[in-house]
Amino acid sequence: MAYSEKVMDHFANPRNVGEIPDADGVGEVGNPKCGDIMRMYIKVNGDVISDVKFKTFGCGAAIATSSMATELIKGKKIEDALKLTNKAVMEALDGLPPVKVHCSVLAEQAIKAAVSDYYKRKGIDPLPIVGEIPGCESCACEV
Amino acid sequence: MGRFVYADNAATTPVSKAVLEAMEPFYTQYYGNPSSLYSVGRAAKKPLELAREKVAQCLGAKPNEIYFTSGGSEGDNWAIKGVAHEQSKKGKKHIITSKFEHHAVLHSCEALEREGFEVTYLDVHENGLVRPEELEAAIREDTALVTIMYANNEIGTIQPIPEIGAICKKHGVIFHTDAVQAVGHVHINVKEQNIDILSLSAHKFHGPKGIGAIYIRSGIRCPNLIDGGAQERGRRAGTENVASIVGMSVALEEACKNIDANAQRLSKMRDRLIDGLLKIERSRVNGDRVKRLPGNVNMCFEGIEGESLLLSLDLQGICVSSGSACTSGSLDPSHVLLAIGLPHEIAHGSLRITLSDQNTEEDIDYILEVLPPIIERLRSMSPLWEEIVKGQKKFA
Repeated sequence: MAYSEKVMDHFANPRNVGEIPDADGVGEVGNPKCGDIMRMYIKVNGDVISDVKFKTFGCGAAIATSSMATELIKGKKIEDALKLTNKAVMEALDGLPPVKVHCSVLAEQAIKAAVSDYYKRKGIDPLPIVGEIPGCESCACEV
Repeated sequence: MGRFVYADNAATTPVSKAVLEAMEPFYTQYYGNPSSLYSVGRAAKKPLELAREKVAQCLGAKPNEIYFTSGGSEGDNWAIKGVAHEQSKKGKKHIITSKFEHHAVLHSCEALEREGFEVTYLDVHENGLVRPEELEAAIREDTALVTIMYANNEIGTIQPIPEIGAICKKHGVIFHTDAVQAVGHVHINVKEQNIDILSLSAHKFHGPKGIGAIYIRSGIRCPNLIDGGAQERGRRAGTENVASIVGMSVALEEACKNIDANAQRLSKMRDRLIDGLLKIERSRVNGDRVKRLPGNVNMCFEGIEGESLLLSLDLQGICVSSGSACTSGSLDPSHVLLAIGLPHEIAHGSLRITLSDQNTEEDIDYILEVLPPIIERLRSMSPLWEEIVKGQKKFA
């Protein structure tokens, strides 16, 4: 299955690429052995994610899902960002080939990891709010 | 989009004009079944045998040692399963192959393992070459077959086939080679090189897809894979794909006629491309630089993933391939790159560029112009690259 036009658009012209030097939260998920790492930076204003940037090492779908995920949470309340599912990211991209579904899972996890980091920095236990962020169990290779 | 450059000739090649013209009459004029006795059938039979002679000639074989198949995978399956089953009657149930064979060979061997055969997978070392002395040491009393590819499909390394052939002959072991990537590109003579069985595929040398051939030295017992009618002297059933067989023979004749000129021109282009790309920091060539197919470039670029490189090149009109896991649909990167000892994280960032005689120096210029900025862009957005540069991640 080939990539949709939306995926190719977000791959070729990714939104929100880069870093936020004074980020309020940074989350990184994935593993170089598996071929993808996503790092997400968030800036929080009150309870709103006012800015978000990402850096991704990975395939076309990994880059496109990162890009789409940042678009979907930018300007949103933290509680709404945490409700973003990998399915919503996939739908926004007009679908992904089955073998690339794990990329959208990574995007969802990257957001959660960044929000967790934000709470940790504030001295708040993220676990009851964000929940457990699973390791890279979707990856078949040994880490 | 400006230029279009097709540089994935190890995947497949365009059919040449001469080949297409040679095939056309067999769809419209001489469409008869070669087994039929009337005129249009007879008209198809003769070119079939002429094609067999041409293929035989290009390999240094006799025409009655050539059987037409559907391609490389069929040939590999036929040779490996056929010889293994025949030899097992004598109690020989051991096969020797290499770690980086094509999946048609590896999966055939795995199928035999499930039947109780034992398989030795030879190391291919950092340079991507089987060592003849290691092969000889692996041969046992019960070795039924040695199957080693002529040239690797990903990194293009050319195996020491004559040496392997001589060792197999000395020990009385049947030697099969998957020569899909080599036929038409390097000199092959099955008699001089002591090859017992060889499989080939037409679409790797400007022939059509879905057609191939196998050479089985006369006297070698290799039971049928496809049973049915009496085609191919009862060895391979199914109505002959006459148009494709004729096309294949024309393509092979053309390739073999120009083998030296093409090799000389392509290896110069290949080396210029490799040297140019090696100027990119933290890049490396995969596989031996000398014992290598004339048109094969295979490199890794640290900190980026191969599929995103491939897609970026596609957006600029360049068609290449990658050994990245994401291209293959599994999460593990290429078994070939892992076999030559690359760590997963580097193997993910591989790129294969394979040239044919239809490529030009301008194509090389264009790739050299387009590729470095793409790598720079992808690295600029890669968290892994950042860590590599800072020295936090140490790679080979």
